[in-house]
Amino acid sequence: MKKTYKIEVDCANCANKMEDAAKNTAGVKDATVNFMTLKMNVEFEEGSNPKAVMQDVLKNCKKVEDDCEIYL
Amino acid sequence: MNKKQKKVLVRIIAAAVLLVVFSQISVNPYLKFALFMIPYLIIGYDILKKAFKGIMNRQIFDENFLMAVATVGAIALGDYKEGTAVMLFYQIGELFQSYAVGKSRKNISELMDIRPDYANVERNGQVEKVDPDEVEIGSIIMVRPGEKVPIDGVIVEGTSTLNTSALTGESLPREVKEEDDVISGCINMTGVLRIRTTREFGESTVSKILDLVENSSSKKSRSENFISKFAKYYTPAVCYGALALAIIPPVVNLLFLGAAANWGEWIYRALTFLVISCPCALVISIPLSFFAGIGGASREGVLVKGSNYLETLANTKYVVFDKTGTMTQGVFEVNGIHHNTIENEKVLEYAALAEAYSSHPISISLKKAYGKEIDKNRVSDVEEISGNGVVVKVDGKEVAVGNVKLMKRLNIEYTECSHVGTVVHVAIEGKYAGHILISDRLKPHAKEAVAELKRSGVKKAVMLTGDADTVAKQVAGELGITDVYSELLPADKVSKVEELLSKKGEKEKLAFVGDGINDAPVLSRADIGIAMGALGSDAAIEAADIVLMDDDPLKIAKAIRISRKCIRIVYENIYFAIGIKIICLALGALGIANMWLAIFADVGVMVIAVLNAIRALFVKKL
Repeated sequence: MKKTYKIEVDCANCANKMEDAAKNTAGVKDATVNFMTLKMNVEFEEGSNPKAVMQDVLKNCKKVEDDCEIYL
Repeated sequence: MNKKQKKVLVRIIAAAVLLVVFSQISVNPYLKFALFMIPYLIIGYDILKKAFKGIMNRQIFDENFLMAVATVGAIALGDYKEGTAVMLFYQIGELFQSYAVGKSRKNISELMDIRPDYANVERNGQVEKVDPDEVEIGSIIMVRPGEKVPIDGVIVEGTSTLNTSALTGESLPREVKEEDDVISGCINMTGVLRIRTTREFGESTVSKILDLVENSSSKKSRSENFISKFAKYYTPAVCYGALALAIIPPVVNLLFLGAAANWGEWIYRALTFLVISCPCALVISIPLSFFAGIGGASREGVLVKGSNYLETLANTKYVVFDKTGTMTQGVFEVNGIHHNTIENEKVLEYAALAEAYSSHPISISLKKAYGKEIDKNRVSDVEEISGNGVVVKVDGKEVAVGNVKLMKRLNIEYTECSHVGTVVHVAIEGKYAGHILISDRLKPHAKEAVAELKRSGVKKAVMLTGDADTVAKQVAGELGITDVYSELLPADKVSKVEELLSKKGEKEKLAFVGDGINDAPVLSRADIGIAMGALGSDAAIEAADIVLMDDDPLKIAKAIRISRKCIRIVYENIYFAIGIKIICLALGALGIANMWLAIFADVGVMVIAVLNAIRALFVKKL
């Protein structure tokens, strides 16, 4: 399953870091962050619960870039 | 400017004023330190905070860390003015960058502002304003002048002029009347239209296009991936480099050369090194260039599904065309009446009357060419001879209309047509009256389009068609295409494209241009699939990598030029930013560059790269 989220982040490098952080979260198959449109596309693993996974994604993103936000 | 940016601006001004004032006065060292700390903290507190948090989260090597170390280091060395200035210029650069990105973001979203907010639905004789999502197929919607057509449909009442420029980049308005199909996203300019919807909002053209554009940059190009990888290794490498620069030379001085260690000098050089190294110019300008390129292209009616396709398109050396619908209009028209014994109009009139009851494309084009109302009362005794034509009585006279087989069958002497196309022979009362030539027409710009492609560096243009050899050769000749393969089935087209793919060089790319409906397999097999005249055709939007919104084949060359410009800007930025950084890093290590040059290498390069990236948005005159 794929979902798109609106995000808030200030720099392009930080967006790349968020992408890495999201990719390395359990339950996420693939993720891309688009700095220009401020959107995060997340592809979830089969059978995972997107809501719970996104909480972890947000936590991991905050870890690499404090000044970011994902609108869940 | 948004609130965040305004706040930064106020901080920049305050810090700049204080910095200038404090630089003028001379006081004792402790007071001087205390004074300079005020502008430094005003401008830098958030960077310091972020750097600290980064260290806590073990995300050490980022721009904040670089800046914090460089400025704190400079202040520790007693260079208060430089330390504060570096932070100040860094913030100016960041502000400029965020402003520029926000501006182009807004620019591009305005271009794509085709999403309709509401639909006027007629329910029980009342017009209601509802969300387009709630409108069912077959509902009647009303579109007033100035409003956007929210959902695809057919006009049931009214005539008007539609502005399609948001969809096609074509500024010429389109005239529509009853029974015409209209696509969502057009702006109704003159009259009130009542439209019966044929699709749901989610399936309508406007939704498909928005979906495509919004997801376009999730496919990243090679250059973008290169830059994010580069940034990942670059910053730590530079930090270790700076550390080495601060420690190794003084130690060597002390231990082996017996000279003074000169710690201050080398640490200053190491700090300069750090300031120069900041990778923001690269990291921001590459995706920004692609974003602007894709945005500029969509304003011209060229939708690109991802920046990787822009990159591939720029390297296109072979362009393979489908014929019907791509280079020709795909509609059959009467192109001439030859060897007739009675007037042209009479031949056409009899032919049209004879075909009055048929709905074959050929009959339709005959009736269209005749142009007048057909009085079916004049026609009687219709006898259709399958595969041959039709024999009828018009005004009591026997009229035979059909192909060569029909003429032979009726033993009528006929004249062969020397032109290419479908020939309809007409005989009246057993006597040959002439023949009508019906053929597909080249699109107005087809010939120019091929010439333009060759001018923009395409090595070879190839045409594939399912049509007869004679037709194919004639069309190719008119277009100036030498490589033409005819009488191909859709599967043959795929194998032909595969054959061409295997012959070309590794770096040369092959593009296939088709009208999408039966070309889907070829579109996905080619390096890059370009669908044209895609308005309303889902298959095309799905299968292709690049979608040309209108029918004009000239747009192919334009799309290639847009991609070339964008890629050129990307490379300019990569070489320029990395080049300047390397030169400045070398100068910094040698002690030639001071902190001020370092600031230019960081902020100046970034500003120039961002301005250059925005150029990719301007593609109108290409």
